[in-house]
Amino acid sequence: MKPDLTCEFLSLRLRNPMVLASGILGTSADLLERVARAGAGAVTAKSCGPTPRAGHPNPVAVDWEHGLINAIGLTNPGAEEEARMLAEARARLAPLGVPLIASIFAGTVKEFGDVARIIAAARPHCIEVNISCPNVADEFGTPFAASCESAAAVTEAVKRNVGDIPISVKLAPNVPSIGRIAAAAVEAGADAITAVNTMPGMLIDAEAGRPVLSNRMGGVSGPALKPIALRCVYEIARAVRVPIIGTGGITTGRDAAEMLMAGATAVGVGSAVWTRGVKAVGDIAAELAAFMAQEGYRTLAAMRGLAL
Amino acid sequence: MHQTFTVTDIRTENYRTKTFIFDKPLPGAQPGQYVMAWLPDVGEKPFSIAGADPLALMVVAVGPFSGALHRLNVGDRVWVRGPLGRGFALRGRHHLLVGGGYGVAPLLFLARTGLAAGHSVDVCIGARTAEDVLLAGAFEKEAVSDQRSALSPFIVVRVTTDDGSMGEKGLVTQAVEAAIAAHRPDCVYACGPVPMLTALARLCQEHGLPHQFSWEAHLRCGLGICGSCELDAQTRQAANLPAGWLVCKDGPVHGVEG
Ligand SMILES: Cc1cc2nc3c(=O)[nH]c(=O)nc-3n(C[C@H](O)[C@H](O)[C@H](O)COP(=O)(O)OP(=O)(O)OC[C@H]3O[C@@H](n4cnc5c(N)ncnc54)[C@H](O)[C@@H]3O)c2cc1C
Ligand SMILES: Cc1cc2nc3c(=O)[nH]c(=O)nc-3n(C[C@H](O)[C@H](O)[C@H](O)COP(=O)(O)O)c2cc1C
Repeated sequence: MKPDLTCEFLSLRLRNPMVLASGILGTSADLLERVARAGAGAVTAKSCGPTPRAGHPNPVAVDWEHGLINAIGLTNPGAEEEARMLAEARARLAPLGVPLIASIFAGTVKEFGDVARIIAAARPHCIEVNISCPNVADEFGTPFAASCESAAAVTEAVKRNVGDIPISVKLAPNVPSIGRIAAAAVEAGADAITAVNTMPGMLIDAEAGRPVLSNRMGGVSGPALKPIALRCVYEIARAVRVPIIGTGGITTGRDAAEMLMAGATAVGVGSAVWTRGVKAVGDIAAELAAFMAQEGYRTLAAMRGLAL
Repeated sequence: MHQTFTVTDIRTENYRTKTFIFDKPLPGAQPGQYVMAWLPDVGEKPFSIAGADPLALMVVAVGPFSGALHRLNVGDRVWVRGPLGRGFALRGRHHLLVGGGYGVAPLLFLARTGLAAGHSVDVCIGARTAEDVLLAGAFEKEAVSDQRSALSPFIVVRVTTDDGSMGEKGLVTQAVEAAIAAHRPDCVYACGPVPMLTALARLCQEHGLPHQFSWEAHLRCGLGICGSCELDAQTRQAANLPAGWLVCKDGPVHGVEG
């Protein structure tokens, strides 16, 4: 019996639970379409803010023994231009049946609302609210994901500006109680939670005696992040009832199964695109199907939250 | 992750170009692939692999980063990630290599690989003036004395300059036409400025010649994830490149089959 990979996420029906994570290849309609054609269940665009940003100078991303570290610096064309790109992407993804998730960030609660309104006009299927980017703290202060109050304030501001478009609030792993932050966001109107963003970290080159990234610090992703992400998703699943996009270190179908067992509804894939190429997202979905067949799971629901 | 390489020799190629030879090989490097070279506190930029054993990079001083590389001395270190991206794959037994400006950087390595396999190689080099022509002498040195025997590997070098100060006056595409007329290649390999590549793409299409071109963009992650190095739509369409094609990982060379 062939396992059924269909994934109900909010009011959407994904052909499989694998979602392209924000900031990986989501910078143009061409790239979003390419990942969709390569088998993703849904795709997330790169985060955009109120105004264009060039990002940090190189080095902005490097691989190390257990994954990646990056400080791209939220390179984006600004909300107006992003909305045009999203509208085109949405039209191109429609015939493929692959939903589009937009992603937004901003420096103040008010700006979050403004960006949300501009992006909502492009009618993405969902808007992810990135309150957790570790790489722009100098300009924007502590990430909003660090306290219940700021997470709730941003969530409310965004929710007021997006009409009927559902929002997913993206949380940071480096907080004392991620379950409480998730609960605060949900109480403030979050329809879903995305967890997690990268873990703040740093690489120092021993020969150079210098930090490797030009921004000095960056976000750790890939295999090193997996146990951290599983713990975060597990805690969130015990704290709230909304769907979760579990993200962090997912590289194989077996990893995806573990994330579902931690309570995720859908599973994000980012850094695996570096090791496995653009087809990573679709390939992981195929591996998940093989794992389900082997273990006798017919549906995602049969696995979801098993470890809770 | 970066690996340190120590400069063991520096060759001056022209008034603004140096080739840096390093202390060890870069395992697995193919012609057309590149490395990300990092100088702490200065930056990190892509450079074509000009030689793999030992690693060699040819650098034109045009700005802050390439200028900083030019200030290195023998014994200094460079931090390198790579080999990265997709390089050239030799197809057939007679190859036409076309380099514009510093685009010749990866081509000597490619020519040597072809000659070592017993193939024949024609080279066309285009530049603004005589002093901008790079590596013409180095290619000629590779030439085997008997150029008429199709059985032994050989190399023919044609140079064009905008002002006629060296070789033929005009664009490199003229030399390419002449090379094709003299000895039709199995495949054309090129690296250089976008206008040269788009003109060459048209020419190859007219002649029904398979071609592999190396493209340039602003590279950032070098890992195929950040999306910074997509070519603009106009270039992509002029050269018939697929949508969403990433220079850093799908390329820099396009046109390799399989
Ligand atoms: C895949 C790839 C391979 C590359 N291989 C090489 C290589 O083998 N050798 C090499 O020297 N460079 C190579 N480059 C270019 C190199 O990465 C840098 O862009 C270059 O060194 C300029 O950096 P900069 O910081 O010194 O100057 P920038 O301030 O970045 O550039 C200064 C100005 O010079 C122009 N420019 C950039 N490169 C050149 C050039 N070579 N000749 C004339 N004008 C130029 C720029 O467009 C800009 O207007 C490659 C680029 C890519 C994408
Ligand atoms: C190069 C890179 C850029 C990223 N950019 C963003 C971004 O713009 N917005 C965002 O919410 N997350 C961003 N992330 C975080 C990812 O979406 C994801 O949460 C994280 O990488 C963990 O997943 P992974 O281990 O599968 O990569 C980025 C990650 C990487 C590696």
